[in-house]
Amino acid sequence: MGGTDFRVLIVVPCYNEEEAIATVVAEINYIKHQYGLNLDVLVVNDQSTDNSLAVIQKLDCLYLNLPVNLGIGGAMHAGYKYAFRYGYDVAVQMDGDGQHPAEELPKVLQPIFEGRADVVIGSRFLERTGFQSTYVRRLGITYFRWLNQSLIGKAIHDSTSGFRAFNRRTICITNAYYPDEYPEPESIVQFGLHKLRILEVPVIMRERQGGTSSITLAKSIYYMFKVTMGTLFVYIRLQNKQRNYGVVTDCYSDT
Amino acid sequence: MESLPIVIQILSLSGALGFMYFIARLIIKGKLREEYSFIWIACTIILIVFSIWRKGLEQISLALGVFYPPSLIFLAAIFAIIIFLVHLSVVNSKMQQSVKELTHEIAFLKKELAQLREHDKLESLGTPLVTES
Repeated sequence: MGGTDFRVLIVVPCYNEEEAIATVVAEINYIKHQYGLNLDVLVVNDQSTDNSLAVIQKLDCLYLNLPVNLGIGGAMHAGYKYAFRYGYDVAVQMDGDGQHPAEELPKVLQPIFEGRADVVIGSRFLERTGFQSTYVRRLGITYFRWLNQSLIGKAIHDSTSGFRAFNRRTICITNAYYPDEYPEPESIVQFGLHKLRILEVPVIMRERQGGTSSITLAKSIYYMFKVTMGTLFVYIRLQNKQRNYGVVTDCYSDT
Repeated sequence: MESLPIVIQILSLSGALGFMYFIARLIIKGKLREEYSFIWIACTIILIVFSIWRKGLEQISLALGVFYPPSLIFLAAIFAIIIFLVHLSVVNSKMQQSVKELTHEIAFLKKELAQLREHDKLESLGTPLVTES
């Protein structure tokens, strides 16, 4: 694969991932050397209460240490801001728990390098291989697919997937605004309304290698409610902006 | 409803004035920001008005067709409290947004500081080597 002229930042949000984080970073670095990518890994430590910070500091990667726990959205937002400020061309989100194998990285990067998409989402469901998540979670994902399709007219099969690559224009948009809590489904509506080209590619995901999911069963109702509200409001907000100003962003493809 | 007796009128007037003094003290000491004090000052003024204007509540209730005047107090008080709670939520949301921005900036600064320190350390380690050769 080409793309050595692209500067890539892999943002890995980390909250209590002391068991998995070292492997995740090592795997990314292995792929980096294998494909000769111009790539940096940025681990965002979101006030982990375990030993994560000490582990991260010994790894071959960049890291941000948030002084206040912000949650996944706030941590990712820090990563995208970093990518924007330090002039990266591509930003990739990869979870810190080892769910996203680094071997799949070229699949999400390739469409960005070739200029075929602004946002690439690694999807578990396009080809039914690898870890498929639990039944309840899949039910929720079906609901989000329906919600996204009715709002932006495009079906995203795996809207909760946190394995995604953004080009410079998308980085600029997320630099300005990124949802706080459970950002994945909401940001898809945000991208759709910015008329970004969203592409889903099939990837194989693993079961988490350590730690616990940020979404427990008790939180899932709140999760559905929050995401629905967030999605609807970001839709209304951007629609109004579009109506009043004609455009929803100052970010153009060359920024 | 009987008009309020003079004792309770004096009591409520002094209570309202005491409350106003308390709010003023908080502002002077810098423990309460002026923008939040407006609503409390408005509340005390209303209290004072009704302490002096004894028949006021009855007359307003009659004019509005409210049968039992105290229920008007509850209605107004609950309404005011809800409005103020919404206001506090807005303030809180704004604060949360600011905290997020500040957290990001601090994280970036901490990272740059660490890099600068690392750089300095390397330089100071390098200096003796140069003088030796």
